[in-house]
Amino acid sequence: MAYFEVKGITKFFGGLAAVNDVNFQVEQGEIYGLIGPNGSGKTTIFNCINAYFPLTKGEIYFEGKKISGLKTHQICKRGVGRTFQVVKPLKRMTVLDNVIASAFLHTRIKSEAVDLAEKTIEFCELTQYKDKLAKSLPIASRKRLEIARALATKPKLLLLDETAAGLNPSELDEAIALIKKMRDSGITIIIVEHIMKVIMTISNRILAINHGMVIAEGSPTEVAGNHEVITAYLGEDYSAQS
Amino acid sequence: MKRSFGTLLLLAVLLVFPWVLKDAYYQHLMILVLMWVAIGSGWNLISGYTGQVLFGAASFFGIGAYTAALLLHKLEISAWWGLPLGGVAAVLLAFPFGWICFRLRGPYFALATLALNEILRNIATVWESLTEGMVGLLVMQTFVSKIPYYYIALGLAVLSIVLVDVVMKSRWGYYFVSIREDQDAAESLGIDTRYFKMVSLCLSALLIGLAGGLYTNYMGFIDPKVVFSLHDISIMAILVGIVGGVGTVYGPAIGAFIMVAVQEVFRTGGFGLLPALGKTTGWPFMTTLSKYVSEAHVLSFGILVIAVILYLPNGIVGDWSSIRRALIFWRRKAA
Amino acid sequence: MEVFLQTLVAGILKGGLYALIGLGMTLIMGVMGIINLAHGQLMMVAMYVTFVLFHYLGIDPYTSLLISMPSLFLLGVLIQKYLLNPLMKVESILPENQVLMTVGIGMVLTEIARFIFTSNYLSVKTSYSSAAIFVGGISFSVALTIAFIFACTLTGILFWFLIKTDLGRSIRAVSQDGEAAQLMGINAERIKVVTMGIGSALVAAAGTLLLPIYYLFPDIGGPFTRRAFVITILGGLGSTVGAIFGGLTLGLAEAFSSTYMGMEFEDMIGLVIFVLVLLFLPGGLKSLTKV
Repeated sequence: MAYFEVKGITKFFGGLAAVNDVNFQVEQGEIYGLIGPNGSGKTTIFNCINAYFPLTKGEIYFEGKKISGLKTHQICKRGVGRTFQVVKPLKRMTVLDNVIASAFLHTRIKSEAVDLAEKTIEFCELTQYKDKLAKSLPIASRKRLEIARALATKPKLLLLDETAAGLNPSELDEAIALIKKMRDSGITIIIVEHIMKVIMTISNRILAINHGMVIAEGSPTEVAGNHEVITAYLGEDYSAQS
Repeated sequence: MKRSFGTLLLLAVLLVFPWVLKDAYYQHLMILVLMWVAIGSGWNLISGYTGQVLFGAASFFGIGAYTAALLLHKLEISAWWGLPLGGVAAVLLAFPFGWICFRLRGPYFALATLALNEILRNIATVWESLTEGMVGLLVMQTFVSKIPYYYIALGLAVLSIVLVDVVMKSRWGYYFVSIREDQDAAESLGIDTRYFKMVSLCLSALLIGLAGGLYTNYMGFIDPKVVFSLHDISIMAILVGIVGGVGTVYGPAIGAFIMVAVQEVFRTGGFGLLPALGKTTGWPFMTTLSKYVSEAHVLSFGILVIAVILYLPNGIVGDWSSIRRALIFWRRKAA
Repeated sequence: MEVFLQTLVAGILKGGLYALIGLGMTLIMGVMGIINLAHGQLMMVAMYVTFVLFHYLGIDPYTSLLISMPSLFLLGVLIQKYLLNPLMKVESILPENQVLMTVGIGMVLTEIARFIFTSNYLSVKTSYSSAAIFVGGISFSVALTIAFIFACTLTGILFWFLIKTDLGRSIRAVSQDGEAAQLMGINAERIKVVTMGIGSALVAAAGTLLLPIYYLFPDIGGPFTRRAFVITILGGLGSTVGAIFGGLTLGLAEAFSSTYMGMEFEDMIGLVIFVLVLLFLPGGLKSLTKV
């Protein structure tokens, strides 16, 4: 049985299938990328895994056990963490407090939560901001805070939703380094990303989606050269050239 | 260190207060203030910290008050047992109510609490065999002097503030604020939002219900119009919360003090200033004005709500830095 | 049987008026996303305006529609522009500050009315106030029937406005997706101001039309606000068609509970419906029609 498996998931909104019979498996310890043009259903897939809304059809398995049908917070307790595209930290609290809130998931003792929070903040290289209010952080650090908050829940599988959007080139390199660091520490990662540089350099395998359906799966080079993928992103003319 | 010194000093002042100021009138006012500290703190927990605004706080207050009164009337149990049991009854109400209504987001939950307020008031009025309806219930007062009531109220107020302080620094507190800021993100971080909203509501109901039980014992008389009152209890609770500072530990304390003062100013026409002016100047205008002023307290509440939301949305404690800046600005201008 | 038909008729006629109240509120809810808890109080203001026009200038209520509707439109505009729109820029921990603001506004309106007119019950007695016509053995209150006809006409005009005019379509656009509408060049702030005006004008019409057969005192706003949100939630938030059905349903429910259970239950029935909808049909009647 695969570490994480998505079987035939479908999500209808009214008459429109945002996600249509998507299947994929993720191996433990890999970084699995999810790409597709805007509106192709990537974030919807995350929302389905995360139980943000119920699946119309299909099942999801993690570590051999079914997680589809569970509530969002239960899924998190099972070890599936998630970040959001639009980051919403606890604005009026400090960075430390923000992470402490997540750290309480696996412990009830405050000192342990503070400890875990501080270690997580150090891991994400946010220690300099530890006592600053979350709303005063620049965007790159806010994105790191979002990751730190998810990390403090000690996830085994982490869903990263557009972590790199809005970052400049050097911040992008730092983000890539952080993601690799998380993988090296034993966390399996599924990442939705628009920015090709990020996804191509770090993913072990990639799934390409369009109109809610899978159009390609494989290594980064395989997917990048796939005719349908190029059409979806760049249009007919470019794919004809390749 | 500085903060705890100030708090201890305040506590010392409060402890000796009734022996220093023996006037029953001021003791009465302070008892009201302390009661409102408890109600305001309870309101603050669910509305300010957890973001589920309670528009119908009187629901829990009235249940607490009626529990104490009915235990005496129907079961001959002393109303003093009714005090804690009133708190328990309020929690028993909060539980199913929250279970059903927390699926509602934001303003619809607030509306549901309003509806609960109205429904309870109607039931208390109509179910005469149980509650004597509009006639109300009389409770024999145990003490003649106000002093014992003062200390019980002080105990309740201190309990409320300490409870809020301790809870907000604990795991629950972090979860409440997470729910307020973004419920969906909180769920994704493993927080069972429905459960913790319930916890917050039950704690709030407990404090507000205890205050209701105290009210019955202290005032000796309750009826549906008073203890389930929309303007004098529910809206007052909101004002105590927002004037003092939503989501702050000491906000409700300051709010309670100010709001009871405002209420008294209107009820007595400026603490008797206006009627006194009327007598000395002999202007009939003054007497009619003081009569209008004494009936205008609801109007003042309405205007206060509008003004606070527009200009002081985080209350005195929350917006303290802007207030200081404004004061410095005016002082500089005058100089 | 006759009693049943009589109640049915009364319920439908009253329901038509209630639909007007609900329409205003649901428009406001759809466009601004706020629950206007001062809705009933706006209606009260309109009723006092009508009263004054009748008693001091002898203007018939149906004519004073031409004055009460624009005046309340203006009041709504002012409230939205100076009290509600600014709130969107205020950064506050307090959630629901917009709804709270409407509560404050409602209180102020009620108390000002009490100050000017005292708490006495007032009424407007026209020649047709108690008149009734008999059709097939059932009495139709003339005033209520005329009010119903006006209500239908106004509802028709409203729908024409929303579907056929640019401004109406802009309102529907903002109601469906405020951000997208703004991206298409619609000035959302202006639309909100206009919508508040229209909502107020509609409830003003309901008040004016209702006055000949009802009574007036400052606290009348509260119960009508309650009716307004029961209707809106029953019909489905933001659904204009839903508000019509919600209004008719509440009108019928009140008529039947009044006839068969007693007058004191008229107020309670609205609350009961509210609770039932919350428990069993949170999306309102509109959700029943979802494909």
